[in-house]
Amino acid sequence: MKKISLMAASAAMALSFTGLAQAAGTLDSVKERGYVQCGVTTGLPGYSNPDDKGNWTGMDVDVCRAVAAATLGAADKVKYIPLNAKERFTALQSGEIDMLSRVTTWTLTRDGSLGVNFTGVTYYDGQGFLISKKLGVKSALELDGASVCIQAGTTTELNAADYFRENKMTFEPVVFDTSDQTVKGFESGRCDVLTSDQSQLYAMRIKLSNPSNAVVLPEIISKEPLGPLVRQGDDEWFNIVKWSLYAMINAEEMGLTSKNIDKMMTKGNPNIDRFAGKGITSGLGISGDWAYQIVKQVGNYGEAFDRNLGNGSPLKIERGLNALWNKGGLQYAPPMR
Amino acid sequence: MQSDAKKSPSAPSTKTRFWHDPAKRALVFQILLVLGVFAVLWFIVQNTLHNLESRGITTGFAFLSQEAGFGIIQSLVEYSESSSYGQTFLVGLLNTILVSALGIFFATVLGFIIGVARLSNNWLVAKLASAYVEIFRNIPLLLQIFFWYFAVLRALPSPRQSFQPFDNVFLNVRGLFMPQPMPQQGFELVWWALLIAIAGSVVLARWSKKRQDATGQLFPVYKTALALIIGLPLIVFWLSGSPLTWDEPALRGFNFRGGMTIIPELAALLVALSIYTAAFIAEIVRSGIQAVSKGQTEAASALGLSKAKVLRLVVIPQSVRVIIPPLTSQYLNLIKNSSLATAIGYPDLVSVFAGTTLNQTGQAIEVIFMTMLVYLTLSLLVSAFMNWFNTRMALVER
Repeated sequence: MKKISLMAASAAMALSFTGLAQAAGTLDSVKERGYVQCGVTTGLPGYSNPDDKGNWTGMDVDVCRAVAAATLGAADKVKYIPLNAKERFTALQSGEIDMLSRVTTWTLTRDGSLGVNFTGVTYYDGQGFLISKKLGVKSALELDGASVCIQAGTTTELNAADYFRENKMTFEPVVFDTSDQTVKGFESGRCDVLTSDQSQLYAMRIKLSNPSNAVVLPEIISKEPLGPLVRQGDDEWFNIVKWSLYAMINAEEMGLTSKNIDKMMTKGNPNIDRFAGKGITSGLGISGDWAYQIVKQVGNYGEAFDRNLGNGSPLKIERGLNALWNKGGLQYAPPMR
Repeated sequence: MQSDAKKSPSAPSTKTRFWHDPAKRALVFQILLVLGVFAVLWFIVQNTLHNLESRGITTGFAFLSQEAGFGIIQSLVEYSESSSYGQTFLVGLLNTILVSALGIFFATVLGFIIGVARLSNNWLVAKLASAYVEIFRNIPLLLQIFFWYFAVLRALPSPRQSFQPFDNVFLNVRGLFMPQPMPQQGFELVWWALLIAIAGSVVLARWSKKRQDATGQLFPVYKTALALIIGLPLIVFWLSGSPLTWDEPALRGFNFRGGMTIIPELAALLVALSIYTAAFIAEIVRSGIQAVSKGQTEAASALGLSKAKVLRLVVIPQSVRVIIPPLTSQYLNLIKNSSLATAIGYPDLVSVFAGTTLNQTGQAIEVIFMTMLVYLTLSLLVSAFMNWFNTRMALVER
């Protein structure tokens, strides 16, 4: 589409004419500008989705908010820039956004060759299949010869090809530009199956005109650790984004929530005091109470999960792999001391 | 004189200093400009490479030989998931050329029909043609593509309830499925027969023109040539024992397998591009025909030529000269507009190469550069061909 060419062309321009100054000093330019520019999806319930008033909510959005709370002391000082899957890396590389928080899978080649750094994992996901109920398919291994709707520019495209090849099955890929068009293609019957990260399938399912007609197959065919990313070469900013997420996870582990953090701080617990910035120098180059601001304004990881993806949301996704490490999941953050 | 000039520079001289000579001055400025342009280009390239390197972004064209690993729905050449990124470039390029070539053909045919219809004496036909032009010319192309894709797609049945207009032809939401001809041994003779028939027709046309010049007698060239081109290969086909089998599509599992498929993405894009561009071509054709003065038509009629002959022998050859230059830009527009394919998932160059390949490799600059180069080359080729055609058609002044 024209948009991607424009985006890529502008990236080429940016890389051609700008000096190196831009690669470093993201924190300074964020402070000067007064808001964080955060790349998000064009609309995916649970992760980043605008409501009818243009307010963005979702798990990925909360990560942006946490970074804004840490750096600027106000979680709402974020400008959301909706990007489709094809545009996202170019937008980050060219400096159009400060960070990308857009259901992006952490892979070797992306980390190694795109000039970006993944800062952590906000959601451990895996790829699955959404299929119309009336076809009566119970397993992904029965999908030989099926037409598959996929969103362009995702790891999904490669995983699907690998899966069908591995299991000696054929398929017909129908590749759309945005997630909305992919859902429309599936709904109109152009494909038998829609494939994407499993959590997104639940989100897409509630976008269907009749969600009960479609089911998510049990198979998970890939590992999809989703996380935020920043440009390479700015370690200061990399650390801030990384530790903003760690602060949310640590807060959940310590039992700190947006509601009780003020009360908990008065109890004289040394761990909590350090968390709130008392008697510790973080060296991140931001205000000492950054972690307190995150929890106070955005909440801990569990709160964000519950509000956007879990029981407090229409998606009702189980914590599963995303539970804390001491509760049978994988979410683990280095200690804050 | 010369010694005088040396003494006083203000004195008139036959030898002007070079900055006073406009031709030489212009040459200096041009050299400076070229040097300046090259310096800027050199700076851009160096700076880009430096920035890419310092940001840890991979550069170079090595990715073209790496395995692509993703599937493509329609490919005119051999392609599988284990093919290289270079192969995805080729597949995308051929798909772009396919939809552009078909689009140019249909848009031209439709545009000529509508353009002539706009000038029809029949009130209804003329008004319908005007309505067509005004509607399709004024709706954005992307919306038309979405309309043909999603609106028409929803109207079609699922594979299991396919609409079957003929035996072994199936129409459903997944596309149009037709039997594919599979030439067997001995089919080459049919191709030879066709070649001979075409050559024969050319000879026939030359002979008939000579005869008409000499005797004034007309020979029905078109009908004879048509009969020759269709008839001869058919006769050879029967004589050689019908060396052709059909690969028929059959419903197996989710989809039809075997046979030929026209995917709905291609159909929707082709219909949208043809209809949209035809509206512009119709206007060009109308203006071309109207550019031929009325006196020409009247003079031809006065000579006793039939209406069809007036159109074919007098009006069209003259109007073509007016039509070709703007027609060329419509063709170029169509080729470039075909990149909107990516919105509905037709695997053209922009969707496959500047889309998926760019995203999987992350090498935006190389990929976009190659893609732009392709569109530039295609456009220049079409433009060169049309210019050649235009010179051939231009008025030969004697």
